Amino acid sequence: MGSLGKDLLGLEHLSGEQIRLILDTAEPFKEISERAIKKVPTLRGSTIVNLFFEASTRTRVSFEFAEKRLSADTVSVSSSGSSVSKGETLVDTARNLEAMRIDMVVIRHGASGAAQFLAERIGSNVINAGDGTHEHPTQGLLDLLTLRDKFKKLEGLKVCICGDVMHSRVARSNIWGLKKMGAEVGVCGPRSLLPNAIDDMGVTVFKRVEDAIQWADALNVLRLQLERMQAGYIPSLREYNRVFGISRERLERAPKDLLILHPGPMNRGVEIDSDVADGPHSVILNQVTNGVAVRMAVLYLLAGGKPELAEAAKGGGGR
Amino acid sequence: MSAPMILLRGGRILDPSQQLDEVGDVLLSGGVVEAVGRLGEVRRDGNELETIDCAGRVVSPGFIDVHCHLREPGREEVETIASGARAAAAGGFTAVCAMPNTDPVTDNQAAVGFILSQARKAAAARVYPIGAISIGEKGETLAEFGEMVGAGAVAVSDDGKPVVSAQLMRTALEYARTFGIPVADHCEEPTLAAGGAMNEGITSARLGLRGIPAEAEEIMAIRDMLLARLTGGHIHLCHMSTRGSVDLIRWGKERGINVTAEVCPHHLSLTEEAVEGYDTNAKMNPPLRTLADVEALQAAVKDGTIDVIATDHAPHHYDEKEREFADAPNGIIGLETALAVNLTWLVHSGIIGLPLLVERMSCAPARLFKLPGGTLRKGAIADVTVFDPDAVWTVDPTRFASKGRNTPYAGHELRGLVELTVVDGRVIHRRSS
Repeated sequence: MGSLGKDLLGLEHLSGEQIRLILDTAEPFKEISERAIKKVPTLRGSTIVNLFFEASTRTRVSFEFAEKRLSADTVSVSSSGSSVSKGETLVDTARNLEAMRIDMVVIRHGASGAAQFLAERIGSNVINAGDGTHEHPTQGLLDLLTLRDKFKKLEGLKVCICGDVMHSRVARSNIWGLKKMGAEVGVCGPRSLLPNAIDDMGVTVFKRVEDAIQWADALNVLRLQLERMQAGYIPSLREYNRVFGISRERLERAPKDLLILHPGPMNRGVEIDSDVADGPHSVILNQVTNGVAVRMAVLYLLAGGKPELAEAAKGGGGR
Repeated sequence: MSAPMILLRGGRILDPSQQLDEVGDVLLSGGVVEAVGRLGEVRRDGNELETIDCAGRVVSPGFIDVHCHLREPGREEVETIASGARAAAAGGFTAVCAMPNTDPVTDNQAAVGFILSQARKAAAARVYPIGAISIGEKGETLAEFGEMVGAGAVAVSDDGKPVVSAQLMRTALEYARTFGIPVADHCEEPTLAAGGAMNEGITSARLGLRGIPAEAEEIMAIRDMLLARLTGGHIHLCHMSTRGSVDLIRWGKERGINVTAEVCPHHLSLTEEAVEGYDTNAKMNPPLRTLADVEALQAAVKDGTIDVIATDHAPHHYDEKEREFADAPNGIIGLETALAVNLTWLVHSGIIGLPLLVERMSCAPARLFKLPGGTLRKGAIADVTVFDPDAVWTVDPTRFASKGRNTPYAGHELRGLVELTVVDGRVIHRRSS
């Protein structure tokens, strides 16, 4: 096992040192994706199953590229078309996969705790690719990497997470990851979409997005699930955009240029206006690019790779 | 064939119903308590006599659980009335009240009769049926309280669900007065609690689980008390779990409202932190709360704001709990750990004394639900529990008499073991050596 332990379930229980290790390991892997032949043999012979119980394009494709660029053998299973839709339990699905002698499972699931549930019941490495409203650690890591790229360090950085924090696994992974790395975290959104206990999570709560913009160095703008309006948490998307939307007019009143992150997929004109998403300070596509490198780093480290060998690994050596 | 006479020799006799706390003997004969005190030589008059040495043990009126789920009819693979009654006996309970949320629901006299008939065959702890408040526990039409009471029901409740309609609860409280039975409510404001899997707070926020705020319970608790004030009916508040509820009950009792309340051993001992790691055996409704709630409930047991300790024993199949947290059913088993949990967290921790524990587990339940027992007075039914308050044991669910294994105490070291359970003058449980 590498120095991360068996699984990557969330950032809450990782140390700052472990997070730094992943980010540092991701650096040499960035370059692989820039080559003409985007493949190294690092995980040759490893079998990885991507178990996606929830629809996902970006995260699933990002993991698949990370796996393939490391030469792992991969299979992706989505809930439609698997035995899960025939009523098989999560644990039975996992045990059957494991009986085929796999090495790792990447799981996306609608229930909080599903990744941990799986990790406790199978011997393979488990990577949480998003569990319910709990955590999405690789998203948190790629956000950290993107911020570090731009600001050169995370310590002392002021990052405000905007929107539906209550239902967001991205928000939780960001809060823990940023705090562990010494950044200051703000949150801003309608109080009905913030956990009641948010004040105990060590973050600064901004009632108004104008105040958050005055304070922050960067904004991580969360996707507003349209179901939240149907469930009555907010009166309308139009009002949400008027009160909490990140617009150019609002950003222009900031004392400095703010870096804009968004985990995708975006609702343009709801939580973020197009001229912000496509503007000069948006790093939304850098996040996507970094996602592959971060996931390669996580796969590599969980497979037992030595961080100091990551540079060499990309050259040609096996694991 | 009449049961043999039983002489419980030399135990610490604890009977709060008559302020008794002394070392002595208890003689049971013909299904009743024959004599209590230093009895010396006992005249057998040709009867068979079994003498049981109780030195170093506590001899108390049998425990009574006013709230458990025995799952029969409908889910016999999870628990039956017989297995539940044996689990009760193993836990020192001489009588339990079975909640009506079975399949079909216990909402008529025939269903009440079925439970009593199954219980008679089991010949373990007594089982008293609780009838439903509404037909099918649907919260719409009042069930036939009179016929159910006639058949042997001792209370009414739609437990598992709250009575959402205030008007229906008002009517139930009024109508129940004719029969002198308590109306027991599962206090939960359903729109606030909807989709909740654990207590709402920092732990639910961290784990990404939907929380149930304390207010979901408290709003219904105060509503029920106001309706009890309006009607004069006896409201019994099930499984209270929050500090706010304790304050509200205290408020109600100070005003003379006819309210009684119960708390479960798990709410007196564990906090929401037990959910950490998504342990589905720490999932129940109401959920485990915070340390402040636990301490307020312990204080309420001490000062009498809470009248009784009840288990809310809720067995579930292994497969049902072996799944994602949000999808797992609510409930844990409790009959076989209740005494030890209460001793460990209330008595050995110095919060209450042994006599008060016996009051909350035996005398008060009998008094509130007008059940026989809860006393060792001469002539009372011979329902007796003998326990060792100090014995240390490690909880191993595979050894339970219950079919359920879903307990958050698995592997916990607890203090207090049931030695002997006697119902109607017959030994129904003896500690295996």
